[in-house]
Amino acid sequence: MIFFYKKIGGLISGDLQRDRVVPPTGYTASLTTFTSAAMAFMAVFAIALSIAASRLSDHWSAALARSSTLRISAPAPQMERQLNLAIAILNSTPGIKSAQVISLEEQRTLLEPWFGPDVPIENLPMPRLINIDENSSGYDGQSLRLRLIADVPGAILDDHTKWRRPLVTAAQRLWVLGLFSIVLMAATSAAMITLAARAAMSANSQVISVLRLIGAQDNYIAAAFVRRFTFRTFTGASLGSAFGAASVYFFPSQKVHLSIFTGLGFQGAEWLWLLLVPPLMGIVAFIATQRSASRVLRGLS
Amino acid sequence: MIEFENASYSYTGGELLSDVSLSVSSGAFYFITGPSGSGKTTFLKMCYGALIPNSGGIRLFDYDVRQMSRDEIALARRKIGVIHQDCQFLDHMSVTDNITLPLAVSGQDRLSDNMNLKELLSWVGLKGRADALPPELSGGERQRAALARAVIMSPDIILADEPTGNIDWEMSQRLLQLLVELNKMGKTVLLASHDLSLIRLAKSQVQARVLRIANKRIQLAGSNL
Repeated sequence: MIFFYKKIGGLISGDLQRDRVVPPTGYTASLTTFTSAAMAFMAVFAIALSIAASRLSDHWSAALARSSTLRISAPAPQMERQLNLAIAILNSTPGIKSAQVISLEEQRTLLEPWFGPDVPIENLPMPRLINIDENSSGYDGQSLRLRLIADVPGAILDDHTKWRRPLVTAAQRLWVLGLFSIVLMAATSAAMITLAARAAMSANSQVISVLRLIGAQDNYIAAAFVRRFTFRTFTGASLGSAFGAASVYFFPSQKVHLSIFTGLGFQGAEWLWLLLVPPLMGIVAFIATQRSASRVLRGLS
Repeated sequence: MIEFENASYSYTGGELLSDVSLSVSSGAFYFITGPSGSGKTTFLKMCYGALIPNSGGIRLFDYDVRQMSRDEIALARRKIGVIHQDCQFLDHMSVTDNITLPLAVSGQDRLSDNMNLKELLSWVGLKGRADALPPELSGGERQRAALARAVIMSPDIILADEPTGNIDWEMSQRLLQLLVELNKMGKTVLLASHDLSLIRLAKSQVQARVLRIANKRIQLAGSNL
């Protein structure tokens, strides 16, 4: 680790003109800058996806965890009585903030996508629903169920666990996939930069030969290439990140993030994550070029 | 400074130098002569650690080259100025930057007190070409720029491999004059050339030892060149 810090230190300090010994042109220059820009651009979207997935997971978890539904199935004459009993039980249960019967009108609206707007819901043997809002401490579901079985036999408590779990799991997997994509992009960048560095060193064998002739040590020669490639990558990654950030900024979004598509973006301090992309790409380039240069120079001895 | 002890060098094509024993004395002027392909360049490359002998040994400033790492050889090279026939430069950098490159490589930011860049350029006759790029130089100018680069670190030894190979007679004389001046300043000079007229001219100016490479071996040449 100390060796790594020393190398980074050498990159910043020392002979600041060291990389001038490497000719500034050549196809590897544009290749490195373009590749790092493209990878940084995609990395910004991967980060946005991960953050959106994480946010959505939290949103779903929180929203579903704070509410439950009580479904009451009973013959029409007993329905009103059972509803009142259930409301009384719910209102006396610790951890429940409020309990409200969903009106028939609201139930019609809920069913509208499936049955259309003119369904005669009053004539159907529809169960009635009670929406339960919990307070921060939550309620004891087991004891509530026991009380409901005793007094309201047709009541079924749904705390949304079976809905919540797969949604949260999916969102968490999406978050992991986003992170994996970022790692994959870093690895691809490293591979591309390694190839470009090797090509640059082969194309500049005369430079290496001259430097060796005048007494340059391997770390001087390697640093000349490493510095050049690190700064090219940093520049490319900065451009790519800027374009990525602009694209995400103008991506259509909603305030209420209902899906991954409408929630793709950054909020507040989340934008700061993008500042990490260019330096991290620079570090990837530094390590890739350092390893590549050392190998090439060993091979040339 | 440099000591060869039964050093031999062979390549896949066969043996190039065999059983060389020689001690390069400080402040001496050596001519290495022999026909093309006789091994002059190989000998000089062995002198600065670019080629390592397959058998026997070479001591470079009292260190066995076979035991030296690449970085240690690089450090030793800072005490040796090398001029090749096809002197290579960094073509994208100016003549001045090329000449001062050994200083940057060795971590020095300025010339030593007794060396001045303008004087150095003037000494090698490149005062007006300081900002030119190497491809813009003539053959003679390139050789003189290479000489300036070779001496900027005030090395103990100057190795010149056919430095007059690509330049006219007048420029050859000028270059030889510069090498003789360096020798008179106390630098050891090893000059490889197949040009006997140049050697005869040098012998009239400086006390030089002539080494002849023939049949893969080095021997002290007689006076009848």
